[in-house]
Amino acid sequence: MIAASAGDILVWIVWVVAGFSCLASGVAVVSFSNPFYSALALIGNLASLAVLFLLLSAEFVAAAQVLVYAGAVMVMFLFVIAYVGPRTETPWAGGPRWQTIGAVLAAAAIFLEIIVVIGLTASDSLSDSKPVDAAFGTPAWIGELLLTDHLLAFEITSIVLLVAAVGGVILGAHTKRRQQEEASAS
Amino acid sequence: MSGPSVAWYLGVAAFLFATGALGVLIRRNPLIVLLSLEIMLNGGNLALIAFARHAGNGAGQIFALTVMAVAASEVCVGLGLVVAIHRRNLDLDVDRFSELRG
Repeated sequence: MIAASAGDILVWIVWVVAGFSCLASGVAVVSFSNPFYSALALIGNLASLAVLFLLLSAEFVAAAQVLVYAGAVMVMFLFVIAYVGPRTETPWAGGPRWQTIGAVLAAAAIFLEIIVVIGLTASDSLSDSKPVDAAFGTPAWIGELLLTDHLLAFEITSIVLLVAAVGGVILGAHTKRRQQEEASAS
Repeated sequence: MSGPSVAWYLGVAAFLFATGALGVLIRRNPLIVLLSLEIMLNGGNLALIAFARHAGNGAGQIFALTVMAVAASEVCVGLGLVVAIHRRNLDLDVDRFSELRG
């Protein structure tokens, strides 16, 4: 145990850097007053989470995280933020004081509950993980799982995405009829 | 498994989830509420992947991918709502969306 290998120390260093930047950018997303900066901080959060996924030997999920989340989803977010225009708000104002205090207390309670439950139920079994082979987390392995054991989840996911895309188009569509309705309503 | 044990990853996941919950509760701007929701989902994803590595089982990673797809759908609908609300010249404040009809 004393002779920790150099690779192990390196993994620890990477973990500490990625974990700390993950937590710090998470707090930054919540506390920035400008939504644009919040979105940029979320990109940093997602990228450092991808590093943590890599350390957990989930290569395909890390790549999907960077491509889908930090790429596509965040670009959509930034477009909408630019469309809506810069609106800043002070994060700790707006709403009565008891609401703010209650929200902080609720978040702290959630955090403590998760930690206590994990510590009570699984503290013994979490120390030694099972060894995995080199194929664990590779795209080929994920693809085989998706098309054999988890085919139903795969198909349902595609339907969910289709429904969401149609819903987004309907919500954002600028039809002539709706324009007339809005004109007559106002 | 070299490096930190799964419990450390779970601690990070719990902190991320709590941070996102705080953002959802405390912020008024629906865009930032959506961003905080993403943080909550990613905290759950990190826990799923940590447990998948711990158990040596692929189901957790498949579940994480499904969660990512659901998050993308949620962003799609949520941003559609934000655009629709902005187009009607309403304030972007979650407390004022008490009558979301038609």
